[in-house]
This record gives sequence, structure tokens and C-alpha cells, in this order.
Amino acid sequence: MPLPSPEDITARIEAGIPGATVTVIANGSPSAQRSLLLDHEHARAVAKFLRDHAELRLDFCSLVTGVDWPDTEVTEKVKVRKLVAGPDGAESEQEVDEVRKTKVPGYLEAVYHLFSMEMKHGPVVLRLRTANRADKTHLPSLTPVWRSAEFQEREAFDLYGIVFDGHPDLRRILMWDGFVDYPMRKDYVPPDDDILITGVKA
Amino acid sequence: MADDLKELKIELSKNGIFTTTLEEVYNWGRKNSVWPLTFGLACCAIEMIATTMARYDLARFGAEVFRPSPRQADLIIVSGTVTKKMAPQVVRLYNQMPEPKYVIAMGACAISGGPFRDGYNVLKGIDRYIPVDVHIPGCPPRPEALIHAFMTLQKKIDEQSLRGADRPRHLHADLPSEFPVPAFGEHGLEPAQNTEVFLAEQGNPLSPQRASSPGTPTLRVIQ
Repeated sequence: MPLPSPEDITARIEAGIPGATVTVIANGSPSAQRSLLLDHEHARAVAKFLRDHAELRLDFCSLVTGVDWPDTEVTEKVKVRKLVAGPDGAESEQEVDEVRKTKVPGYLEAVYHLFSMEMKHGPVVLRLRTANRADKTHLPSLTPVWRSAEFQEREAFDLYGIVFDGHPDLRRILMWDGFVDYPMRKDYVPPDDDILITGVKA
Repeated sequence: MADDLKELKIELSKNGIFTTTLEEVYNWGRKNSVWPLTFGLACCAIEMIATTMARYDLARFGAEVFRPSPRQADLIIVSGTVTKKMAPQVVRLYNQMPEPKYVIAMGACAISGGPFRDGYNVLKGIDRYIPVDVHIPGCPPRPEALIHAFMTLQKKIDEQSLRGADRPRHLHADLPSEFPVPAFGEHGLEPAQNTEVFLAEQGNPLSPQRASSPGTPTLRVIQ
């Protein structure tokens, strides 16, 4: 049985779980693989729904990964009318170009790829986004729904700093416990250990 | 051995008299029974395993006995990428080996970090913490390269003089045979290198005599 379209899945989720907000995210790449953005509050209920739905049966979470979307600045030119002093000193209203810069706050994202072993279809891609990259980096954990997400959510926590609420054992998995940085974030700067601090002999 | 003694030895051998020295017998025995540690880190380890198998047959050089304990090993072949998480264990294994002990840094990763040098998790060369005797470039080096490194090490052992100021480290009572194990810090390993080992110059008994010619160091040094 072919996999229903993202809009179809969204409609089923919204019918099955009242209050859940699901947004279909477009994909501009050649694969055009669209994904579903979930809200934090209903994410786990939606995950359970997708796993247990008789026609979807997405029983296998094959991949969890983190994505870092840094803060960006969008520059755009806008035409505005305002009073401008002319060469003769008299002020008149003219149309002028003005450069406007708007800051778009970044966020961290967890991406889940789901397949169905039973129905032999997939993938369905889920996304969860944090409020920002600094202090509100919490997301609901989907490990209680798919056990296979456990280590991969730990990896996303280790390398991106996404805190998964409800994860049974959220510790660093690749780096050591005393490590404080999140090395896969775009603004991570590795320690400059090419500089030799000497004094012994050189 | 002094030159006049060498001449005397040659003269005697021409007359059918074989002479030798304790140093020669001792080094001959040591260089032909270098037992490596069973220790592999990455893809270079696969080449190391191939070197020990029948096709390349490292047993020809007396090194077929890979010891699974550092306490019985003479040589550690650092074969592969040393991650920062693994580096303290590598130093600890080296510290647990009895003297005289030797190190071969096999492959681009072990000598400098290689293609992963800019990674957050990779040590930029094991020679930051332990003295390396032979460096082999390559990614990974072929078994022939490892055999060449092994023969270079044998040559080096054979040339070691047991007396005098330039005797090897294990015959200097005041030189260390153990090196500080780096600790896991908040951003990386602390310290980032053992400066005494890393900057040891040619002729310093603490450091192996490097095969490369002395040139300008490529790393920045802050005085």
C-alpha cells in the first residue's frame, strides 16, 4: 500500500488528536521530500498515533538527527516616501530606497525518519523545533514511543545541546561528561591547540 | 665501538677468529624479538593485521607474537586515528609497557591527525604525549610501509650504544619511562600536549632520533 501524502497524514492526525498543530514543511531540493512539523505539547501523542494507526503503522524510527539553524540577518531594500532636502534647500516628499535589516532568530531542530516494517512503506519525516538556540532548547523525547531513538537523541543532545524531556537516560554519548561545548553547532570554535605554551624548552 | 677496535675485529675475522661484543649480541637479540602490542585503532589496524598474515609475514622479522598485555609488549603500533577520548588510554597503555619500549606512529592520523585534523574530537598526533620512534605517512600505509618502519626501528635498536651520554632512555636512571596522562577538560584535553616530549630535539635522549632532517618547526611557538 502506498504511503499517504503529507497532507493526508496531517488531516488524519488533526482528526485523531484534537488540538494538535501539524505544519507541512516544503523541501526545495530535487528530492522534494516534505516533512511534518509538530508542536511540542502534542508531539508524543502524535508519535503514538502514527505508530499505532492501522493504515500508517510507522513502527520503526530509523534515524534521529539534530540540525542547527543559526540566527540570520535578512537584508532587504524597501521603497519609502519621506521628506528629503533638495539641492535648493527646500524639502519635498520623494521615494527613496532604504535598507532594512531584520534579525531572524535561529533554532535547533530534531528530525525523525519513520518507516513501517509491517506495511513496507516510508519514510515519514517529523521535525521538532526549539524556541531558540540559547536557553529554550527543550524538546519532548520520542524515546518512550520508539526505543530506537534513545541513543540518537543522546547524540543530538551531546553534539547540538537539544534537551529531550522525558528521555530515560539523557547523558553525553560521544564526548566525555565534563565537556561543556556542543561541537556540531555552527558557531562552535574548537580549542586552538596548535599554539604551544612553552617555558620548558623550545 | 672505537674505530681501532673495529679494525682489529675485521683483522681477526680475516684470520678466522670471530669476535663480538656484549652490545652487539644484546642489540641483535633485542631487534629480532620485538613483540608488538595487540592494539589497533582504525583502518590502519587492518593493514597492520594484513602485515602479520602469511602474504606479508611480519614473522620474518621476529615480530609475529602480538601480546595482548602491555606488560609483555616491546612495541606499540599506534595504528589509526587517536580520538581525544582515546588518547589518555593510549598513554596509559604506553606507561604500562616495560622498558625498553618503542612506538611506531602508523598513518597520517597517528602522526598529525590526518584528514580529521580539524575535527573537534581528534588528537593532532600521538607525539604530543609519548615519544614516537618511527613515523609512517600514508592513509593507510601499505603493509610494505609498515615493514619498512619495522626495519627502520630494528636498525635504530641495532645502533643503540649501551654506554656513553647518548645511550637510550631506558639506560638513563634519571629519565622518565612514564609520561603524564592527559585529563578530560571542559573544551579538550588538558594539557593539549606534553611540551617536553613534543619539542624534544634531535639527540635528546628523551626523544627518539627522528629520521627527518632538522628543519624549522611548522608549529607556532609562543615564547
